[in-house]
Amino acid sequence: MTSMILRAVFQVGLLLLLPPLLLGVVNRVKALFGGRKGVPLLQLYYDLAKLLRKGTVYSRTTTWVFRAGPIAGVAAVVTAGLLVAVAGERAVVAFAGDFILFAYLLGLARFFTALAALDTGSSFEGMGAAREVTFASLAEPALFLALVVLARATGALSLSGMLGPGLAGAWGHAAPALVLAAIALFVVALAENSRIPVDDPNTHLELTMIHEVMVLDHSGPDLALILYGASLKFFLFGALFTRVVLGFRFESFLAAEAVFVAGLFGFAALVGVVESVMARLRLVRVPQLLVGASVLSVFGLVLLLR
Amino acid sequence: MLVFIVVVPLCLAALALAIRDNRARPVVLLAGAVLHALGIAALWVRPPDAAAGGYLALDDLGKLALSATTILFLACAVYAQGYLRRRSDHDNRIFVGGLLVLLSAMTAVGLAQHLGVMWVAIELTTLSTAPLIYFNKNARALEAAWKYLLVCSLGIALALLGTFFLALAGASPDGPRSLFLSDLVASGPLLSKAWVRAGFVFLLVGYGTKMGLAPLHSWKPDAYGEAPGILGALLSGGVTTFAFVALSRVQQVCRAAGEDAFARDALVAMGLLSMAVAAVFMVGQRDFKRMLAWSSVEHMGILSVGLGIGGLAASGAFFHSVGNGLTKGVLFLSAGNIHRAFGSKRVEDVRGAARLLPLSGPLFLAGFLAITGTPPFSPFFSEFMIVNGAFGDGRFVVAGLFLLFLAVIFVGMGATVLKLVQGDPSAPRQPDTQDTWLSAGPPLALLLLVLLLGLFLPREVARLFASAAALVVGS
Amino acid sequence: MAALTDSVFILVVVIDLFLLASSRLNAAIRAVAIQGALLSLLPVLIATSAHHPAHTLLLAGGALLVKAVVIPWLLFRAIREAAIRREMEPIIGFVPSMILGAVGIALAFVFARGLPLPIEEQHAFLVPTSLATVWTGLLLVVARKKAVTQVMGFLVLENGVFVFGLLLTGIMPTMVEAGVLLDLFVAVFVMGIVMFHINREFSSLDTAKLSALKD
Repeated sequence: MTSMILRAVFQVGLLLLLPPLLLGVVNRVKALFGGRKGVPLLQLYYDLAKLLRKGTVYSRTTTWVFRAGPIAGVAAVVTAGLLVAVAGERAVVAFAGDFILFAYLLGLARFFTALAALDTGSSFEGMGAAREVTFASLAEPALFLALVVLARATGALSLSGMLGPGLAGAWGHAAPALVLAAIALFVVALAENSRIPVDDPNTHLELTMIHEVMVLDHSGPDLALILYGASLKFFLFGALFTRVVLGFRFESFLAAEAVFVAGLFGFAALVGVVESVMARLRLVRVPQLLVGASVLSVFGLVLLLR
Repeated sequence: MLVFIVVVPLCLAALALAIRDNRARPVVLLAGAVLHALGIAALWVRPPDAAAGGYLALDDLGKLALSATTILFLACAVYAQGYLRRRSDHDNRIFVGGLLVLLSAMTAVGLAQHLGVMWVAIELTTLSTAPLIYFNKNARALEAAWKYLLVCSLGIALALLGTFFLALAGASPDGPRSLFLSDLVASGPLLSKAWVRAGFVFLLVGYGTKMGLAPLHSWKPDAYGEAPGILGALLSGGVTTFAFVALSRVQQVCRAAGEDAFARDALVAMGLLSMAVAAVFMVGQRDFKRMLAWSSVEHMGILSVGLGIGGLAASGAFFHSVGNGLTKGVLFLSAGNIHRAFGSKRVEDVRGAARLLPLSGPLFLAGFLAITGTPPFSPFFSEFMIVNGAFGDGRFVVAGLFLLFLAVIFVGMGATVLKLVQGDPSAPRQPDTQDTWLSAGPPLALLLLVLLLGLFLPREVARLFASAAALVVGS
Repeated sequence: MAALTDSVFILVVVIDLFLLASSRLNAAIRAVAIQGALLSLLPVLIATSAHHPAHTLLLAGGALLVKAVVIPWLLFRAIREAAIRREMEPIIGFVPSMILGAVGIALAFVFARGLPLPIEEQHAFLVPTSLATVWTGLLLVVARKKAVTQVMGFLVLENGVFVFGLLLTGIMPTMVEAGVLLDLFVAVFVMGIVMFHINREFSSLDTAKLSALKD
């Protein structure tokens, strides 16, 4: 019983504390490719601390929605994080069909961010919200299809089952389908976290932004919450991808967690590499990319249903 | 002897490609045609044994297709002497070489006893004729050549898949495990029915594309419309006949495997569809060479219906394939003459062809009468046999539709042809386009032969049609 | 070995989906070349003790040469001559093509279930891969406007037929297989020549310009 509580605390601690480090790894990999030394790995922690100390400026056209947006966003993402199993363990909250709740908690976070953006009454934010929601509507089937492939392969209906001990057995008999699902999950991760090739997180041209422009008006602690929420979302998708790829069983809890964290760093490094090597896609090509990911998952599903 | 008639045209083709002189090549073409005809005549006199390890052999179906085609090719080769001399500004290296390769490929199809060899030969007929459609070197000819090449290659690729399906049908440990026609037919009941059916579908689509059955006929109007007259005659009279032979071989295998009913229904359906489509597009046609293409679609439909009904109708279909081949020669060659004399293939530009070209004009009219089934030409008797067979089998709806489409096509084509041929010439004749023996003699000879086959069909030849039908669909 | 063969089949289908989605001709030709190379591996992977080793190696080598080297080289030359890089505005858009392709793949698996192989060697993915690739080839020919893409569609269709032909290496004689490969090569060669003429005549390889002949 105590060990279970300790494990739960450890998992929640990992969920809350690790994500900014992952984004630091991504930025360091991109700097390496650019021949620069890059910012310190813990830079995002410093940024969050600095922002929390600052005051906020609220526009007169905004309402309570604008203030609620960042808080609701982080709350939804943290709740979603409680559903994700890490290192083959049972998640803190798990029940059959919880992957639907997971997807829609993330959707809820996005909804509130978009609402806050629309609340400002600025056309740039509205444009960003429209783009983000359009691409999300294409990424959602891709995510669900990949999760259905996982469900079919492991025979479980909860995220803890899909990413848990059944995964090692699934790799034995359904490896091609799982590879396709993993690729689809990676593409969805890139899309949902506004990474190249879907969106450039470093651009400063508003007309080319998708996600960044939605959060232009936030400042101070609100901005800190937004940045923290984004890193949490990155962590969650990374956890999904890492567990699918490294689906081993481990006897020791610590060994499993160590491998998991290492896998997460690998995922962050991979995203960094992809961002450095590819250019951003034209906006009309992004739906094709997302439909392609869905089609790959469908193919994986056909292979499983055969 | 069998290997001789396949290989000699190939060697002459190589010779034609090597000769530099534009004026010497037509002679090579004529030599090839004559040698081939002599070879076929020798086969009639002394039936040969199987050759080339059993891949080539002569049976009744091959015999009748080859005889009709060699006569057609000989006529076209004689015509080509005058034609190529008139078009001496064009380099005819590819033209002559391609025609000779075509002759070799067609012969191989007729003699092939192995479905794989048959497929290779049919693919060769597509590849050797596609460059020839571009002989006139204008934009429309290029478009026609591209469509022909792409659509027919697609069809042939699907036919290859169908051939593989048939091979797989026989691939079980107690099956024939070969693509030889005799092996497949002999072990018919042992073939896997599902694969035979799937194979038949793909082969019908593939070889049906080559024949030009609807809905796979889209390349025909363009290709026949833009090709020179000789090529049109050989494509519609020769290549489509051999595509029909290939389809008949497939039907042979299907019948042996017990998938007969399904195959025959499909053949009748596609045949009637082709006739219907041809009837619709024939009316009000503005280009008389495209009109001949639609006529070809119609006649392939007739052949398909006859094969599908079986029995007497199948004998009629094989009789019709001979008559159709020869009559298409008459039509295309005389149409070519008319095209050249008036400088246009559009119906609105041509009037009074009978007065301007005293031989080619009436020949075109006579060819029209022959192809639409007017007695005493042979297509009347062959179509009569098909309708007779249909009624005898109780297929009243099929026979009724058949006759209806024939009537519509007669009226549609007749309106166009009579407009072209009658009256006063609408334009003076282009220079150097009058009827000569070389340009009007061959179609005249073919027409007389069609008349002869209708009036005095030798019993020997009639027996050949019946035995070919028995081979394919059973008596 | 069976897992490797299955992976090759699956990779072939993934390349089919990529071809349906891609608009850059360079990438598409390279993908066709890779598909050809993968297919040339298959005779070696599928061969059992019943097959002649020399025959198998000859077929694999011939397929590699024709499908992965010679024909892509011809296609690269064609696009260089015509100076085209992309397929814009195809008749069926890229997303609908991908979806149709996915539907076709699913249907291929369904049909393959209804057609059991009558031979001893059972390759679960062979018939679906073959049918799916044939369907992709047909889609590419019908849905695209550039002549080069139509030729690539024809090639992909022939690749699908080749996959199916691998089942029959015991039955079909070498001559026919050599004839098939040679026909493919000559067909693409003739198509290349016609494309050269089309480019010269119309200054473009867009087959939408080939629409003068109508009824």
